[in-house]
Amino acid sequence: MRAGLLPESRHTRRRPRFTRGLVVTSVAAAAALVLAACGGTTGSTTTSSSSSDSGSSSSGGSASGESSSGGPSTGASTDKPLVYGVFATPLEEPWDGAVHQALQAAADAGEIVYKHTDNNDSDDKMTRTLTDLLTNEKPAIVFGDAFSSEDAIRAVAKDYPKVQFAFGSGNDPVDPNFSTFDNWLQDPAYLAGMLAGGVTKSNTIGVVAAMPIPEVDRIVNAFIKGVAETNSKATVKVTFINSFFDPTTAKQAALAQVAQGADVLFAERDGVIEAAKEKNLPVIGMMVDQKSQAPKNVMTSLVWNMRPTVEEVLKEFKAGTLHSQNLGQYSYMKNGGSSLAPINTDIPGGIPQALIDKVTAKQKAIMDGTFTTPIDEKAPAGSTTVGQ
Amino acid sequence: MTIAYLALLTAMLTTATPLVLAALGEVITERAGILNLGIEGTMYVGAFTGFLGAELFGSAWWGLLIAIVAGVLAGLLMAVLTVTLGVNQHVAGIGTTLLLIAACDFTSRLKYGGGTLPQIPKFGQLFADVPVASQFLLTYVTFLVIVPAAWYALRATGMGLKLGAVGENPEAADAAGISVARVRYAALAIGGALMAMGGAFLSLAMLGSFTLNITNGRGWVAIALVIFARWRVWPAVAGGLLFAAVDALQLQLVVTPEFAAVPREVMIALPYLVVIIALAVSGRNLRYPGAYLQPYRRT
Repeated sequence: MRAGLLPESRHTRRRPRFTRGLVVTSVAAAAALVLAACGGTTGSTTTSSSSSDSGSSSSGGSASGESSSGGPSTGASTDKPLVYGVFATPLEEPWDGAVHQALQAAADAGEIVYKHTDNNDSDDKMTRTLTDLLTNEKPAIVFGDAFSSEDAIRAVAKDYPKVQFAFGSGNDPVDPNFSTFDNWLQDPAYLAGMLAGGVTKSNTIGVVAAMPIPEVDRIVNAFIKGVAETNSKATVKVTFINSFFDPTTAKQAALAQVAQGADVLFAERDGVIEAAKEKNLPVIGMMVDQKSQAPKNVMTSLVWNMRPTVEEVLKEFKAGTLHSQNLGQYSYMKNGGSSLAPINTDIPGGIPQALIDKVTAKQKAIMDGTFTTPIDEKAPAGSTTVGQ
Repeated sequence: MTIAYLALLTAMLTTATPLVLAALGEVITERAGILNLGIEGTMYVGAFTGFLGAELFGSAWWGLLIAIVAGVLAGLLMAVLTVTLGVNQHVAGIGTTLLLIAACDFTSRLKYGGGTLPQIPKFGQLFADVPVASQFLLTYVTFLVIVPAAWYALRATGMGLKLGAVGENPEAADAAGISVARVRYAALAIGGALMAMGGAFLSLAMLGSFTLNITNGRGWVAIALVIFARWRVWPAVAGGLLFAAVDALQLQLVVTPEFAAVPREVMIALPYLVVIIALAVSGRNLRYPGAYLQPYRRT
């Protein structure tokens, strides 16, 4: 009996351990598969998965056909240049989204073969991704945003002098192949500020912005100067949420500004429009016309159009004259790189026609060059009274 | 000084709701002896599936229901890993969080292609213009129904006592005829549902949409709150309210001229500093649940 029991108990003990091992392994394998697939979408790990993914899911039909048939040397062998978008944030983040959309539009128009990879959120990831795709896929031009990995990206660009780089950056271009661009939205920001100053009744305006860096500061400062033009008694409250993309925090920050008296909001970041909707206040959107998010609250938006920048780069590339330069001017309003979305008067309190005329006149002055919006890249204070 | 106190209380209750829900879920699982570090991922899943449900069926209620189901499933995944397989709970939890967040982002990218996500039907606010009382229904349900119910259930029902027994001394509970595995599975499922509700609050009530990184570390804050509360319900609620109050306060202070001299980074860090200080003060001589982190095997 005893002799019979022992092996059996050992047996029953072993089997669950074996099953356990099997289940752990298969769960781990399933997890690895899901994660690998995800890594492929963001394209930050291996070139093969990122190329197949961006080929099938994101590039336009004709473009993807070309890129998959051409193999690794596509960029060199076809007549359309291979252009890569290499982004630090997920595409869902509006800034990179604007660059992505402009490149996608160029691909849809049949001008380029476009591939992209996003969420390269550290120097290390950025360097690996860039080196990998530059070596294996040989793109002609690489677009992206360099704000969070300036040094790393510039170091890679130096190693590939034959490839042209055009990156969103707060620093200077580098010869021979590193160009910079940025969302120079100070013109529409100034105009939006004029509107905000004109419609506020409490003389308090709230701005929720990302963080005090030059590209954000100059937009907010231009906005404040615009407010000063139409309202000499206004106070502008500015909250930085310390993130490029955190809508729930942005919303709470906007509500706190409303509690502090703000009755007009500027949504430099996503999330603020939701607060304006809840409190039924006028709000100004950002990056694209955000009227559809709250048709009765969004009075206008600062719109960034990356197309002129992309077109200029492609034009020079075709002509063989593409070189390192500051592409910033192609985001200026007078070059079609930015604009103020159509003004929506169907907001709480409405917008007086006289104010709209004033804004329209200023817009004309910007377009014909008689007025240049001042550029101020100092961090704005949490609370600025414009008359002081 | 010009602080709008009523608005501060309003913001406190709103901000605290997801934290309190998640912390309650964690109290329940940890009382059963399981540290569920899948909390951040479970909240994320709740936010995402809630959004998906509301978009597919055109109603925030459906979204909430689907989020709860997803939360239960996430809890059961943790249960399979930590109860049935006896995997290290730290590894299982962090793995679950990574897996769930990646799966949501992947699905979102497949379905929406990386653009801005659509607006969905969201919960409206009750008593829209009354200060403090103007809150989402889920906030009322959380503080007036779920919190007292959880407190009562843990303290005075057979279910709650079984849960405590399993977390303190699974051998004794087993000897008394309680199925340790079953209780732990149930605790993880209920805890997961509460965490997912917390996440769904962000997408279905606060934003009316989903964005990547929507939970933004709120799950980790909830873990700290549970330890701060020493695995008790009311202190966890108090901790959530404290964190939310300081957060609401700093958002107001940062735009008042009187506080212009304080660097905004300090302001943003303030709620976290308060939690760390609270943990340091209250965290001495902590008595963890007896079977904390230990898988139970009959010997």
